[in-house]
Amino acid sequence: MRTLLVLLALLFGQTAVALEPVDYRSPAEEQRFKALTAELRCVMCQNQSIADSNAPIAHDLRREVLTLMREGRSDDQIKQYLVERYTDFVLYEPPMRGGNWLLWVGPFLILLAGGIAVAGIIRRKQPAAAAPAADNEEW
Amino acid sequence: MNRLLPLIAFVLLAALLFVGVRMNSGKDTSAIPSPLIGKPAPALALPELPLPESRIAIDALRGRAYVLNVWGSWCVSCRVEHPVITELAGSGALVVGYNYKDAPEDASRWLAQYGNPFALVVQDADGQAALDWGIYGAPETFVIDAEGIVRFKHIGPLTPEIVQDKIRPLLEDAP
Repeated sequence: MRTLLVLLALLFGQTAVALEPVDYRSPAEEQRFKALTAELRCVMCQNQSIADSNAPIAHDLRREVLTLMREGRSDDQIKQYLVERYTDFVLYEPPMRGGNWLLWVGPFLILLAGGIAVAGIIRRKQPAAAAPAADNEEW
Repeated sequence: MNRLLPLIAFVLLAALLFVGVRMNSGKDTSAIPSPLIGKPAPALALPELPLPESRIAIDALRGRAYVLNVWGSWCVSCRVEHPVITELAGSGALVVGYNYKDAPEDASRWLAQYGNPFALVVQDADGQAALDWGIYGAPETFVIDAEGIVRFKHIGPLTPEIVQDKIRPLLEDAP
């Protein structure tokens, strides 16, 4: 049990101190910084946000985001700044443009197709349900 | 027909997944395409690494096509591509080194040990200027033409094939 606790402490203690501390000027700034960096994707370790990542580039990008915030830029302007340098890749929610419209509407199209199929099956089954033992049912 | 419907759906789905796998095979999906291609290169306002054999100054790059190679003494893949860079520089190409997140003494020692293919090395010790170039690691390689436009970017170590097929034509294009 104690070993487990030590292991857990090592595991989570590590991630807790992995990122450098930031001297926030206000709780509002901290909140905004954390929300913004969580929406930005680390370019090096692409399954982490720059808020989570310990990669050197994520560290640089966090510092840059904070600098830009303190220069008074809006969230959109900061995102734009990063997109100009690293493309839409840095956004976890890229805007619908270029060839990615299929990714945005695809799930809804599939849901629609599935809905139509289910509706069709239900409609076809209804008369059969009234009659007993429909052996000729295909499904 | 109705009996075949699940089969058709399965075949369509399998085809979709197969196309997806084929589109990504042999491609480095972690490489982000550079938004700088076709745009003016950001300024290289960086200190030069003092080297005995620096051959040209930063200002002399204006009006010349050159290759910008991002490297660091800490970067293992940079040693892998070092012979390729050396050969490229040996064949007359102007290759500029971009020393990324490195200590000057480590960089100098690395060049002394493996040989210096660069006509000039600029230093970006904290990696701040690299953000403007969209650099996020090493090695990365850019080709900038005589008008100062970025023509090409490669992420990861260069191979003789990439030099032959992508970089040399661009350099020969612009005399």
